[in-house]
Amino acid sequence: MKNDSVQKVVATGIGAALFFVLARFVAIPSGIPNTNIAFQYAIQAVFAVLYGPVVGCLSGFIGHVLTDMSWGGVWWTWAFATAVYGLIVGFFAKKINIKDGNFSKNEIITFVVANLIANAVAWILVAPIGDIVIYKEDASLVFTQGFVAAAGDFIFAVVIGGLLLYGYTKTIAKSGSLDKE
Amino acid sequence: MANKVLNYIPKDSFMHRLSGTTKLIVFLTFSFLCGLSFDTRVLLFLLVLSISCFFLSHIRLSEVKLMSMFLVVFIVMNFILLFIFNPNYGPELYGSRTVLFHIAGRYDVTLEQLFYQFNVSLKYVIGFPVAILFIATTNPSEFASSLSQIGVPYRISYSVSLALRYIPDIQTDYHEIAQSQEARGVALGKDVKISERIKNSVKILMPLVLTSLNRIDEIANSMQLRSFGKNKKRTWYMQKKMTASDYLVIAFCVVLFVVGMIITNQGGNNLYNPFI
Amino acid sequence: MKPIISFKDFSFQYNAQKNPTLKHINLDIYPGEKILICGASGSGKSTLGNCINGLIPFSYNGKIDGSLKVDDIETKDSSIFELSTKVGTVLQDPDGQFVGLTVAEDIAFALENDCVEQEKMFAETLSAARKVSIENRMNNAPYDLSGGQKQRVSMAGVLVDKVRILLFDEPLANLDPATGKSAIELIDQIKKETDTTVIIIEHRIEDVLWQKVDRIILMDDGMIVSDCDPAALLRSDLLKKYGIREPLYLTQLKYADVDINNIEGIDCINDLKLDDKAKKQIVKWYTSQEKPEHINNNSNILEVEHIDFRYESSEQILYDVSFAIKKGEMLAIAGKNGAGKSTLCKVICGFEKQFNGKILFNGEDISNASIRKRSSYIGYVMQNPNQMISQAMIFDEVSMGIRNIGLSEEEIKERVYSTLKVCGLYEFRNWPISALSFGQKKRVTIASILVMGPEIIILDEPTAGQDFYHYTEIMEFLCELNRKGITIIMITHDMHLMLEYTTRSLVFYDGRLQADKSGSAVLCDEDLVDKASLKETSLFKIATDVGIKDPVSFVDCFIDYDKKERSHGKQSS
Repeated sequence: MKNDSVQKVVATGIGAALFFVLARFVAIPSGIPNTNIAFQYAIQAVFAVLYGPVVGCLSGFIGHVLTDMSWGGVWWTWAFATAVYGLIVGFFAKKINIKDGNFSKNEIITFVVANLIANAVAWILVAPIGDIVIYKEDASLVFTQGFVAAAGDFIFAVVIGGLLLYGYTKTIAKSGSLDKE
Repeated sequence: MANKVLNYIPKDSFMHRLSGTTKLIVFLTFSFLCGLSFDTRVLLFLLVLSISCFFLSHIRLSEVKLMSMFLVVFIVMNFILLFIFNPNYGPELYGSRTVLFHIAGRYDVTLEQLFYQFNVSLKYVIGFPVAILFIATTNPSEFASSLSQIGVPYRISYSVSLALRYIPDIQTDYHEIAQSQEARGVALGKDVKISERIKNSVKILMPLVLTSLNRIDEIANSMQLRSFGKNKKRTWYMQKKMTASDYLVIAFCVVLFVVGMIITNQGGNNLYNPFI
Repeated sequence: MKPIISFKDFSFQYNAQKNPTLKHINLDIYPGEKILICGASGSGKSTLGNCINGLIPFSYNGKIDGSLKVDDIETKDSSIFELSTKVGTVLQDPDGQFVGLTVAEDIAFALENDCVEQEKMFAETLSAARKVSIENRMNNAPYDLSGGQKQRVSMAGVLVDKVRILLFDEPLANLDPATGKSAIELIDQIKKETDTTVIIIEHRIEDVLWQKVDRIILMDDGMIVSDCDPAALLRSDLLKKYGIREPLYLTQLKYADVDINNIEGIDCINDLKLDDKAKKQIVKWYTSQEKPEHINNNSNILEVEHIDFRYESSEQILYDVSFAIKKGEMLAIAGKNGAGKSTLCKVICGFEKQFNGKILFNGEDISNASIRKRSSYIGYVMQNPNQMISQAMIFDEVSMGIRNIGLSEEEIKERVYSTLKVCGLYEFRNWPISALSFGQKKRVTIASILVMGPEIIILDEPTAGQDFYHYTEIMEFLCELNRKGITIIMITHDMHLMLEYTTRSLVFYDGRLQADKSGSAVLCDEDLVDKASLKETSLFKIATDVGIKDPVSFVDCFIDYDKKERSHGKQSS
């Protein structure tokens, strides 16, 4: 499509806005004390699949930085990790080809694998190492935080993101040969 | 509802009059210097600077109460966590061990650990006034042009502007969708099972995502119809002209960064070690 | 003179569709003309507009046959950027078009993209803002503006480009009647001041004709079925044939057997000149009518007492609102955008909890009942069905509201099926929702509320953006529900709806309930119409022209007569 680039600019902006709203104003308890379900990563994953790695990466990064700024301080290492997460999920987007309306076994497996890799790299590698290098944080602390974040975000991104993508493909399904009964 | 995304507080002060680009450079210099340095002298100097900038902005502490409280809670929590996870990290880092008193098991309170945790907290504290300052004294309309001026491609800069523009709309959407779904029994409270809560959240997010996707197409069309993406560059209506004070502040930032890094790396690593 | 827009045997087919949307269009539009393109939904009128501004083929892919020249440029060989310097488009949804953070930035958007220098930009932006009288709001954010103001900003945003053609895609769809009226006036004024060619795509003919247009193009099924001056079109019976509502005053003249071929100024209510003969005929028609009376002696189902409401730390929105609604009523809540209509309904449904006052349902105080609890008495249907639908399949969507209340799967199925039958959706029960039309989706959302068994349904703008056919379809369906005993409350600024389908209207402005009377009485009350941002009906003007003392009763007679005519027409066809 010829309007791809403008579409991506807008998708990045709206994706970041969604990220912000969900991260900042929506607090749904996750069952673990004092932690809320991180819907924003599920939405970021959906945008990465729909619009590719650049949108996945930037919408998350912008959303994350804006959210942090609204609290008063940017946590660059984690913002950077968010960007990496969207980037990696987005790289798998070509294999998922959601716009054709398919989200069955193969696509689901790809989506799960994409999330597994992306979450592991982002939260168990990038974020903790950044914290160790920059904040000289203790390794055991940041890796524990990283593991918890990776596990939580993996589950919520796969389940919620997956359900959203599945629902999305249903909305673009054509009426085809439907009959009234 | 939904009227202020970031907490911009319009006033007339030296900080307000600086261009957004300059303030962005100040913000980034502080962020990176404070990130890269673990030298207590540099950090203390930054703290003094950032607090004085804060006073220059005429922003009152009461206007940023919520954020300040959040910061205090965060620092205290982090302080405790750091100690619980590894009370001996400080001694390892500084290569000496001065026990003040013993608590239990491996938990000794050492001077090194306290000094290390003091430094970590310092880093968080420094970031705060500068971030607040940037948010409170910069008109969000200037964000995009500032980013573009420091070299971010204009398409990405404009994404930031679009995000700020549509956050209130999406927030309203979310609330309206959640309310109408609640009337149909879609509950997300603590008394609902977690699996049910996830399913229910999808019932709210689905319409939110779909309306957002429609919105994207509409906005993209309207932007193209008004020539967005036509040229390699674009100009910005809200860009502030750079003045002498802008150039002075930027020059100061450069010097600050260079000197800060030199001092920081004097001893071979980025630590300042008073225990040798 | 050479046409500025010229379609020659032009056809277009979207990639995703089996059949062409536009078929063999031949149309010339000349510089300085003001053209109205009308047609029912799906007639291809918006597609035609998108061909002119270049969204087709540069944003929507498809196959073009034939030729379309805009200002001597073959569009398919051009680019959307080149075309945008010739054609300025004001899209239907003002929120999608308003991309800037403030009014000034949004107006300047095209200039920014053209790399215009700041000094020049300031001057040009201000001059464009002056053309639409928004120059006092330059630093306002979109959420501080009304729908009409946002639309003005959109207009200014295309005017800065000094375009030769202005294209308006359904400019009235999101506006209240008074704002729509001033939008039409503004378009006319801009056309005169800037000497542009104006194309308006709309199906609300009467509202557009508030100011003169040169030609009306009527479309149906991708083809132009009529291309003539407004008077000729109005005198024909083509509007009715192709599902467009004709102006009420015209229908009135026809009912009174006035020979419309001899009436001057038929194309604009402001210019309408009725001769003595016509006046006599109208009076004769009026006196021969039985005066309808609507009496409802039922008990009160909903009582609202002294409601005050404000959002945290913001201005008060509702002041001391009290009214009662009788069982089985069908009524409208009308008034300016932001007058507190939606907020009131949210308070009634329990979405907003912090208020003073009392809400009684069948005499029982429900002021403190939860949202969920209230939803079994009072259902709320949002304006945009896409904001309510979260499931892929109709059955799942409709059954959502009765899950988790202790019903067995069998009982759920039974209730859903019977609701679907009521809503005429039973035969689609296994369809995905994506395969449904807008009107059917609306029904799904109504069904998903109805299934919970409420006795009152509140609908926010049930017919917004719908053409006459779909409007009638939705409203007839609501009437049917009403006949089954459900009380229906509609937030609306559609005056036809108020007149034709309600017995009573509650009119709000400035956060207060200002009037509580029949739709016809509201729309004949000049002072109220003005303050609540409504528009008086053209029937009122006829009544006063003719000298009828009781215009309200005249309007009532017309509505009553019209209903009979239409149901008669339906039976015979």
